[in-house]
Amino acid sequence: MLKDITIGQYFPGNSVIHRLDPRFKIVITIIYIVMLFTGDSMACLAVGAVFTAMMLVLSGIKLKMYLKSIRPLMPFLVITALINLFLVSSGEVLWHWKFLKITSEGVNISVFMIVRIVLLIMGTSVLTYTTSPITLTDAIERLLSPLKKLRFPVHELAMMMSIALRFIPTLIEETDKIISAQKARGAEIDSGSFTTRARNLISILVPLFISSFRRADELATAMECRCYNGGEGRTRLRQLKSAPRDYIALAVTLLFLAGVITLKIIGI
Amino acid sequence: MDNIIEIRDLHFTYPAEDEDSQPAEVLKGIDLDIKKGESVAVLGHNGSGKSTLAKHLNAILLPTSGKVTVNGIDTADESRLFELRQSAGMVFQNPDNQIVSSIVEEDVAFALENLGVPYEEMRKRVDDALRAVNMYEYRLHSPSQLSGGQKQRVAIAGVIAMEPECMILDEPTAMLDPQGRKEVLATVQKMNREKGMTIVLITHYMEEAAQCGRVVVMDKGRVVLDGKPEKVFSQVETLKSIGLDVPQVTELAWELEQAGFSISPETISEEECVEALMRLFGRLPVNLPAQSNYTDKEQ
Repeated sequence: MLKDITIGQYFPGNSVIHRLDPRFKIVITIIYIVMLFTGDSMACLAVGAVFTAMMLVLSGIKLKMYLKSIRPLMPFLVITALINLFLVSSGEVLWHWKFLKITSEGVNISVFMIVRIVLLIMGTSVLTYTTSPITLTDAIERLLSPLKKLRFPVHELAMMMSIALRFIPTLIEETDKIISAQKARGAEIDSGSFTTRARNLISILVPLFISSFRRADELATAMECRCYNGGEGRTRLRQLKSAPRDYIALAVTLLFLAGVITLKIIGI
Repeated sequence: MDNIIEIRDLHFTYPAEDEDSQPAEVLKGIDLDIKKGESVAVLGHNGSGKSTLAKHLNAILLPTSGKVTVNGIDTADESRLFELRQSAGMVFQNPDNQIVSSIVEEDVAFALENLGVPYEEMRKRVDDALRAVNMYEYRLHSPSQLSGGQKQRVAIAGVIAMEPECMILDEPTAMLDPQGRKEVLATVQKMNREKGMTIVLITHYMEEAAQCGRVVVMDKGRVVLDGKPEKVFSQVETLKSIGLDVPQVTELAWELEQAGFSISPETISEEECVEALMRLFGRLPVNLPAQSNYTDKEQ
């Protein structure tokens, strides 16, 4: 049951977006977020929507997958919509009952908010869907590397991230084993009252923690044996090379951002 | 200098864990020379000190007294620590706890990245190491998709990529199934044969030790036997007295000898044993019908 957990939701592929330099993808995603939040009119949002649609199509991943990414955030969307719907009091009153009323402005704003959030989720999903977590970690390390001068432990953070990613499947497997072992000893994990199950969870967590510490200790020794000495003077097997297409993608993104800013200035 | 590893009067004591417990002396004076290109199995019961000895070859532990020299480097010399670790690569028991990266080829490259090897050379050494352990086609896999034997071969590739003179394996097969064990051992022996890499294999499997050119048996922190496997295993009584088994074929030969048959107890491989038995039975007065099976107990 635990094996079904996927982290980062990466869908391997070979689309244009998959092949983009992950550093550019991160930068483009940041510009994209800025783009969505700069514009406050429907026209601006339409520009953002066109850009999103372009990314979704180019990523070569089924629309269904993107729609799935919205599902967990549904309650959040509904609450945002309801709050805007009932609390915005300007504009023409369309409907009212006792102290509740809905205005045209309220409808406009709720629709706008929902579209903006949906675009935001879908657009940022493109990044995690087309980039493996380990590549992403690598790109973050490189993008943040100027911070090393400020003594920010960039390499250490990236190393922790990648070790965490590496050990997720291992620890899931281990948890499965411990659960089976405790079940064989009569622990109620799937059944019983909430408190019983919570108490029995301890019987899983304690061995898991102990074994994780042991693993950490052994891994540290193994890393030292392979001459690990922090980030100083390290070279990398994974080379990130930017190609002309990366610059083109960045230029297109900036063009869309410029479009949104122009629309905002002329007030459409 | 022919010796790659020189151990002189090595003592090691684990410090007392708390005030009530006694410090435990694990190694009690070990003298051992290992020549370049040898493949040596270190055998011993749990607590014999064999793993502690292995950890001294790589400066994970430093001697309480005595001296360990590997490839001309004193392990206590901290300034040459990386040089030492590069010339004596270490493979541990649990493959899961020594793989650092989520991609096979990046894990193999880990040591090279740490040493600052330039990209082109690194690429070549990583590919060569992966081919040497027959894992090249899995280079882009995640370690979690591999079997135990495959993971251990990836760990070995990570060591080979450093191009060490010597590889130390601390019970590399203890957590593997028989198939994985076979794969790992074949890889280790291949490195020894083809690249002349010195191998120190810590194990408690007699069959694994029998494949090495030399066997060192440890008990209670001391070396008790040292020599060619057939010589060492023929000391059946000594081995039994320190709680070790001998390979099944050796045991059979020994039992037969005890029963008065003339068969050499220096028999360690199954082929040798079959041959020796054939010779033995060939010499017996043939009172069996020619077509019957001579191993049948009813006869």
